[in-house]
Amino acid sequence: MRNPVFVLWLIVAAVLTFVIARLIDNAYFYFAGYVVLQYVVLATAWNILGGYTGYVNFGISAFIALGAYSTVVLHKLTNLPLIVMILVGGGVSGLVGLGTGYLTLRLRGTFFGIATLAMAVVVQTLVTNWEFVGGSRGAYIIRPAKVAYLGIDYIQYLFLMMLGLCVLAVGIARAIEKSRLGYGFATIRDDELAAEASGVPTLRLKLIATALSGGLMGMAGAPLPYYVTYLDPVSAFSLSYAVNTIAMPLIGGTSSWLGPIIGALLLGTLQQVATVTISSALSLLIVGVMLVVFVVAAPKGIVGWFWK
Amino acid sequence: MSAAAILQVSGLGKRFGGFVALADIELDVARGERLGLIGPNGSGKSTLVNCLCGTLRNESGSVRFEGRTLDGLKAHQRTRLGLARTFQLPRPFGTLTLAENLRIPMLYAVQARGSATGPDIDRRCMDLLELVGLADKADRLPKDLTQIEMRKLELARAMAAEPRLLIADEAMAGLSHQEVDDILALLVRLNEEQGITIILIEHIMRAVLSFSQRLVVLVAGRKIADGDPQDVVRQDDVVAAYLGS
Repeated sequence: MRNPVFVLWLIVAAVLTFVIARLIDNAYFYFAGYVVLQYVVLATAWNILGGYTGYVNFGISAFIALGAYSTVVLHKLTNLPLIVMILVGGGVSGLVGLGTGYLTLRLRGTFFGIATLAMAVVVQTLVTNWEFVGGSRGAYIIRPAKVAYLGIDYIQYLFLMMLGLCVLAVGIARAIEKSRLGYGFATIRDDELAAEASGVPTLRLKLIATALSGGLMGMAGAPLPYYVTYLDPVSAFSLSYAVNTIAMPLIGGTSSWLGPIIGALLLGTLQQVATVTISSALSLLIVGVMLVVFVVAAPKGIVGWFWK
Repeated sequence: MSAAAILQVSGLGKRFGGFVALADIELDVARGERLGLIGPNGSGKSTLVNCLCGTLRNESGSVRFEGRTLDGLKAHQRTRLGLARTFQLPRPFGTLTLAENLRIPMLYAVQARGSATGPDIDRRCMDLLELVGLADKADRLPKDLTQIEMRKLELARAMAAEPRLLIADEAMAGLSHQEVDDILALLVRLNEEQGITIILIEHIMRAVLSFSQRLVVLVAGRKIADGDPQDVVRQDDVVAAYLGS
């Protein structure tokens, strides 16, 4: 399927999702659905670096929080529409991704993972000590009740925004996969020395991957302050973001764009259901158990059952 | 010689800590030449290849390719200029099919030079697989290959970059008599029909002697002989290096 056609289908799927949500007509569905969709974007974004090039990023929360705190800053200073804040948040995270990449991509394997983890700690410390965004006390964001020009509740608007980001992230991931860039990413994952010897500019490609992956995570994090209405460093840098975002592609399959979506929908939905029916503390346990099961039973993820 | 030289190495040196891997290597390779490079294990052959191809940085001396200094250029930039190599131990892209393995240098080296476009690439990949006898496995993964096929893939991938200078680092280790002859014939054909300059690093003396127009011997990081293959292998210090004095 050609990329424009695929994106068209993605848009159709997104519109259908929104129509179904309208038919269900339950405010909680939007709240729960937002989180699941957010994880579709995060898992897809992580997979561009982690799955395609094989560089495991543990600093996910830093990229989400940078996006979220960009929104806090813009909210305090300006009156910009949410979509602009999302673009700014993505830009900030993308730049930080580029910088992190430049500083750490000479590290390989585990060392790169540890460096990204350290980066998350550094960013968290900086944000916790930045009074303007509330420091450790956190920041309150007053969410408008409605979006006038669309005539919908604000939570529906957030849900719609996240649907849009899903289309963007998945569209980008799919377009990369079978492109020249995607082949280049795969060679980095397989063997960097051989990649260089085949003419692949590995450093430049890795920087593209970190910037793109970080940027999309920042975009996913940008609407967060409006969703939670109170953002503090402890929750913005929560470990569960990192754990979930890594677990989802691994469970779904890292080799294609479909894996992270399946993983995010499956795990995200399961967690939301568990939160309502049993307890919110259970969600991390679910991730842990599923990860163990999948690492043993399906090392290539759910997608790996069907494809080579 | 230097006017027609495609590769000029002068004063090249490389150390690993206190160990001198290469010292003051002088080497000219003429355009279209078939050069054999031999030396005992640990004599610096692969280190020299790595310095020529940009995988390692040489601390001293310089490498010129087609009259252009390569110092400071990264490995992928040198590949794009037309200098390709195979690895001593084949390093295929494990998650890509054989055809895709060959697509990589086509996309990143040949296309970057502006001398190949879309549909052309598929055809050229298949032609190359045909040439090394792997066409029927185009859609398989490298893990399905035997060691011998893996070496052929390694060679085909280097050729896919359409180099003007090909460095084959022990492309024939572990192959049978007949297979060595097949690969040799292939290399000679590349050299004679397409005018590709080839540096062959090899332990199989029969192969080196039948292939090379000129032979260079490295021992302990120094070049101890350079000249006509038959003369070089009779030189006392060369014999001593291999058999002990």
